[in-house]
Amino acid sequence: MSSTGDAGAAEEGTTRGESPLLGVSGLGKAYGDTVALRDVDLSVADGEFVSVVGPSGCGKSTLLRVLSGLEETFDGRATVAGADVREEGSDRVGMVFQEPRLLPWATVRENVSVGLPAEVDPDTEGARERVDGLLDQVDLGDFADARPGELSGGMAQRVSLARGLAYEPAVLLLDEPFSALDALTKREQQDHLLDVWDDRDATVVLVTHDVAEAAYLSDRVVVLGGQPGTVERVVDIGAERPRDRTDEALLDARETITDALGV
Amino acid sequence: MATVSEAGGFGDDRLPSLDRLRWALGLVVPALLVVVWHLLVATGVFASHQLPAPLTVVETLYRMAVAGELAGHVSVTVQRVFFGVLFGAAVGVAFGTLTGVSGLASDLLDPLFQSGKNIPSLAWVPLFLLWFGIGEVAKVTLIAVGAFFPVYLNLSTGIRNVDEDLLEVVEVYDLGRIESLRRVVLPAVLPNLLVGLRGGVGLAWMFVVAAELIAASQGLGFLMSDGRVMSRPDIIVGSILLFAFFGNLSDLLVKGVHDRVVDW
Repeated sequence: MSSTGDAGAAEEGTTRGESPLLGVSGLGKAYGDTVALRDVDLSVADGEFVSVVGPSGCGKSTLLRVLSGLEETFDGRATVAGADVREEGSDRVGMVFQEPRLLPWATVRENVSVGLPAEVDPDTEGARERVDGLLDQVDLGDFADARPGELSGGMAQRVSLARGLAYEPAVLLLDEPFSALDALTKREQQDHLLDVWDDRDATVVLVTHDVAEAAYLSDRVVVLGGQPGTVERVVDIGAERPRDRTDEALLDARETITDALGV
Repeated sequence: MATVSEAGGFGDDRLPSLDRLRWALGLVVPALLVVVWHLLVATGVFASHQLPAPLTVVETLYRMAVAGELAGHVSVTVQRVFFGVLFGAAVGVAFGTLTGVSGLASDLLDPLFQSGKNIPSLAWVPLFLLWFGIGEVAKVTLIAVGAFFPVYLNLSTGIRNVDEDLLEVVEVYDLGRIESLRRVVLPAVLPNLLVGLRGGVGLAWMFVVAAELIAASQGLGFLMSDGRVMSRPDIIVGSILLFAFFGNLSDLLVKGVHDRVVDW
């Protein structure tokens, strides 16, 4: 059971005495007889960028579904800013899904405004400015009145990101948002995400199966594995930002992550 | 294979004028049929007291139009269809929404409506005559019954089948019930509603014939049965053509609305 030791050590290293912004302990989730996650511990501090990697079917996406409040029942504890995700906790969480999941009939601006917090009336001038600001931030200022059908995959995913940011979540969850993009677009989008994260001092949990992506983007990488999925290892990425994709430290981290995945 | 399809693609690009005239191709066969019809009557294969020549039909319609007789029949029938569709669709929207949103309502009501849709239009006629007499209420109600089912069925299924992925987005961003209905569910089912409405209008035309054939003193269906009583095949065929014309017109109208509204 080396996994528990690793996870525990990681927790000590990151909580720094304060309570974490996002805390998961002893999380287990089963769908009927199929156990997707078992005994998962994770804590993410304010402003951190944490990636969760693992092979398909290890429960990565399930973890995000639990954190975003889409799963009603699970074992253990999952909190955001101290509140259980089954109650107000999930109200503080925004999610960018694997697919953009935009409303096809609505303009890009309307789609982003779906993410605005409930107390903001999307029809006011202020809300509009806010949405347009977000669109500028994701480089889609010129597409505010376009429909999703007119956008490329990368652009649609950026609309989805802007929608997540409009929500002003305490934690932004991203579920393999770049997996459907070609290699070049993917790199652009990754750098884009880093810029946005930096600009907004956001806290991000990214799920991915791409080891290079996880190492390049994250402060910390949590390796999930096994069936049911559990934390195999937590890898701190020491490389300084802004990073170079060929940085030695990144390559080493990739090695460590790949080893932990047992590939 | 590849070259063949490429050549086809080339042709389409180069000759847009042909593409634009494509709709006219649909008129070729009907025009031929009219010619054949004319020849069959002219050569005596059909006796003119059974099937009048096309020109006779046109002449009859023209004379009735000039006399102002036709406008009355047409407007009465169109009004019945309009109000029938209006009421039928309104009730269809109400129940479709209810059963789409509430599982309990669906369990209670959907089996009833599902079996009700299989009752033929003519089966209602005697009952409605008994209940509402031979006035307008009986006819409009009958048409409303016809228009109700497609609207109800399409809307109810549409609401139940709204993309689960989008509903999860709604949940994550805490849109709330009213907002999610307004911004996600209603636009998502708009295409279903319009498809249902198109079917409803189609059925309304079938039901109006049933209503007018049996008990009416005006309207295209009445004109038809009057033509039979007076042995005027030209009036019967003319009425059929008018039904075809107005049926198509209303269908194109709803389709036009559909294409305008569902533009994503």
